[in-house]
Amino acid sequence: MNTGGSISVAFSGRLGAFRLDAAFTAPAGGVIGMLGQSGSGKTTVLRCIAGLLALDGRCIVDGEVWQEGLRLIPTFRRPVGYVFQEASLFPHLSVTGNLRYGLRRRTTDKHHGVSFEEAVALLGLEKLLGRSPRNLSGGERQRVAIGRALLSQPRLLLMDEPLSALDPQAREEILPFIERLRDRRALPIVYVSHDIAEIERLADHVIVMREGRVAASGPLKSLQTDPSLPLFTAREAAVSLDATVEALDETYGLAVMRVKGGSFTLPAPRARIGERRRIAISAGDVSLALAAATSSSILNILPARIVSHSTSGDYDIVAVLALGEDGQGDRLLARVTRRSWERLQLTDGTKVYAQVKSVALAGSRR
Amino acid sequence: MPAISPEVWTAVRLTIELAAVATVVLLVIGTPVAWWLARSKAWWKEAVAAVVAMPLVLPPTVLGFYLLVALGPQGPGSLVAGLWGGRTLAFTFTGLVIGSVIYSMPFVVQPIRNAFEAVGERPLEVAATLRASPARAFWTVAVPLARPGFLAGAVLGFAHTVGEFGVVLMIGGSIPGRTKVLSIAIYDYVETSQWREASLISGGMVVFAFSVILVTIAIGKRLGRAGT
Repeated sequence: MNTGGSISVAFSGRLGAFRLDAAFTAPAGGVIGMLGQSGSGKTTVLRCIAGLLALDGRCIVDGEVWQEGLRLIPTFRRPVGYVFQEASLFPHLSVTGNLRYGLRRRTTDKHHGVSFEEAVALLGLEKLLGRSPRNLSGGERQRVAIGRALLSQPRLLLMDEPLSALDPQAREEILPFIERLRDRRALPIVYVSHDIAEIERLADHVIVMREGRVAASGPLKSLQTDPSLPLFTAREAAVSLDATVEALDETYGLAVMRVKGGSFTLPAPRARIGERRRIAISAGDVSLALAAATSSSILNILPARIVSHSTSGDYDIVAVLALGEDGQGDRLLARVTRRSWERLQLTDGTKVYAQVKSVALAGSRR
Repeated sequence: MPAISPEVWTAVRLTIELAAVATVVLLVIGTPVAWWLARSKAWWKEAVAAVVAMPLVLPPTVLGFYLLVALGPQGPGSLVAGLWGGRTLAFTFTGLVIGSVIYSMPFVVQPIRNAFEAVGERPLEVAATLRASPARAFWTVAVPLARPGFLAGAVLGFAHTVGEFGVVLMIGGSIPGRTKVLSIAIYDYVETSQWREASLISGGMVVFAFSVILVTIAIGKRLGRAGT
């Protein structure tokens, strides 16, 4: 396990008119999601971590110094894997040739690294091996690119918007694999994206980039309920909760999923009992009531307490709720109008019922 | 039909030998130059590119004149010749190779440079993230991807060396078996009114030029299909 270490970087410099001045420290385990609009400097930071771009700064990965000031270890000596937005496979090599290009024997520790056969099986590449990259679909190419990066046995995997050039179907093909990789916890991943839904589905730790600076850095859940961040104020503000499948109702294709302080019933036709899945709940899908409605079409009505609130625009209020009678459970966001807020005399600490119109597995929301 | 004189065959053999040696030297010297021109960010690299390209516009006799001075008994060429007991590089096969290499350099460097530039930064970055050293990335990624450029450069370098006249005349003269290549032979035959030989060689050169271009286009098309 690698979870004890951390990734600590700081880069500053000018690239034409763009100025980067970014620093963060994040735990080296699971997925570090780097979120920001295009031009916010996400890719620049990633290229600096890989050593493909030399800006003044510092880069320490899991106790190993990759850069100190302007002294850089060259890219080819860093145990780093890089998946580019375009798969960038070598056109003169077959799929096997591409996979084997950076192949290294894995270290003796079984938790680290993957063998050729494992990577092929994990990514479903068996049928592609003899083919040329020219005859692959976008999703297939990106799967080969991920396999190729993994087989160089990196200690840190960098992914630069690996899904943004793909159609929704191809994304769905690849996302579960990245989730599996994350859940093995053996390889820390820095995942760059401008898509909030992707970050909510994959990330454990989030770094929000804005105009070349780090606007926020912290665990996903705490950033989602921070009123000053885009994850919170965006029209699609939402929270992601890690849930366990507790029961299935096959007649209606519904699953009961437990989170801290409550449970949700949601459509999940292919879920298995005991499986851990991440679910997403938008603030706009949560309304508040002082009493539990009994005859409603809404499946999920859960007791909760208001923790804090802030205004959003002129007429809306976004409230942070803690699930459970005692208010000790997971946090939710609820968007209500200011009129309702005043009419119901809501305030911090009020005991309420959260009426959740819609819950979905994370990443399938939009 | 009367037989082709042995003199003509000697010239053919010498020409092919010269072009083959020159092409090998051109590739060995031209590849690093092309790589540097394609990748360097130095502001003065276009000045180097201009020097390499100069034989394109310079009259061959001008180039031949300076080469004659450089390779002759008073120039640095005599020092090199001294290594194997010679007095001069002018009027020798080695001198012809040196002249041909300089004269044909732009025809080799330009296509290879273009091919390296077309490969771009990305495949080399990918190779680096897969732990390939710069040397390994060069041989296993840049060179294979630039293959069409190497083919074009080699063919043009060879063909251009076969066809040169001015530089060879200045520094090589017309010594049968040593410096009398086909283009010189044609000139000599015309001077001495041996029209049959002159037209024979000239006709052969036309066929050669046509085949070279045709084959280059055909291979280029195949590589182009395979390379994208």
